[in-house]
Amino acid sequence: MKKALISASVVVAFALYCVHAHDEQNEAPKVTPNSQANQPANTTTRTTTATASTSQSTGQFKDGSYTGTSVDAYYGYIQVKATVSDGKLTDVTFLDYPSDRRESIEINSQAMPMLKQEAIQSQTAHVDGVSGATDTSAAFIESLQAALNQAKS
Amino acid sequence: MQRTEHIMGMPIIITTVKPTDGAALDAIFDYFRQVDARYSTYKPDSEISQINRGLPRAVWSTEMHDIMRRCELTTQQTQGYFNIERPDGQLDPSGLVKGWAIQQATELLHSKGVDDFSIDAGGDIQASGNGPTGPEWRMGIRNPFDRTEVVKVIGLRDQGIATSGTAIRGQHIYDPHDNRDLTDIVSLTVIGPTIYDADRFATAAFAMGQKGISFIEDLEGFEGYMIDKHGTATMTSGFEEYVR
Repeated sequence: MKKALISASVVVAFALYCVHAHDEQNEAPKVTPNSQANQPANTTTRTTTATASTSQSTGQFKDGSYTGTSVDAYYGYIQVKATVSDGKLTDVTFLDYPSDRRESIEINSQAMPMLKQEAIQSQTAHVDGVSGATDTSAAFIESLQAALNQAKS
Repeated sequence: MQRTEHIMGMPIIITTVKPTDGAALDAIFDYFRQVDARYSTYKPDSEISQINRGLPRAVWSTEMHDIMRRCELTTQQTQGYFNIERPDGQLDPSGLVKGWAIQQATELLHSKGVDDFSIDAGGDIQASGNGPTGPEWRMGIRNPFDRTEVVKVIGLRDQGIATSGTAIRGQHIYDPHDNRDLTDIVSLTVIGPTIYDADRFATAAFAMGQKGISFIEDLEGFEGYMIDKHGTATMTSGFEEYVR
């Protein structure tokens, strides 16, 4: 029974992943550059030069790679590189990302196989508060926006 | 009643079940502003900025010594994953200061005779006493793939909940130090007796990648919920007792 449950959860997880992958393709072009209203109020920007390399233009953005400004995410700095192909945002990579991690330290992962897993499910229940990571995403949006501002055709 | 102010680069939300004296809330927000003035690495006049320009340890404030001692302790407790030293050698204790400040603010509000309230600083929350609709506070865990949704509702009373993560969907996020793909884990939520402990352990556990949830499992009195890039969650053995 346990094996069947595990198999089922793997199938569900894969199905979810396919849905997400599909959504991403659909949503990629929706990113709107230059909307100043989205700028987080309390982030500061390091004086890193935003750079771009462009080729041809066939869509909303000019094709090429664009490096966003380095933005203080309070726990560290975030800087992204956006890649535009056929006028659409096709890839975002992180050039700088906050990390408290030290290298070459091993953690015991023995407990891992015993922990329960599930596919996440959205809810619309009333809550008194919401816990989530916010700072990093605000800095991400700011750096990505700086990159996409350069890509505007 | 609820009041929000933007301090320390994030919204700080205080919710009280009963009507509360405005002066009491003013004192809490003032406290957060004092913390920001001392520990913000992007305020050139802050004590931490002065320390990073060479201020000798002998003239650091008592508060700074206390925070640095707590950071060292946390580094030891997390097998080195919690580290306030940046790659450029500068010190940044903000990963600990946030949870500690919420904790101190909670005690301050208690001392002013307020019992039933929550303090939320950028998604890290301490719940105190009764909630607005019952003996517990109903706290959501945000869906990292859709910020408008929650994936779990947790019942808390005199406990903290903290989430470390990326809140970014479907992108390649590489650890700049070794090019390891960090997107495997997008969100890690920790519930603990205080927001101070929940927050610092969530920060360290997230930096551990896949192994982070095992670290939380091994901590007495803490539970965790980790979400990976495929939308699969891994939870600690006692987590479901908090699910509502």
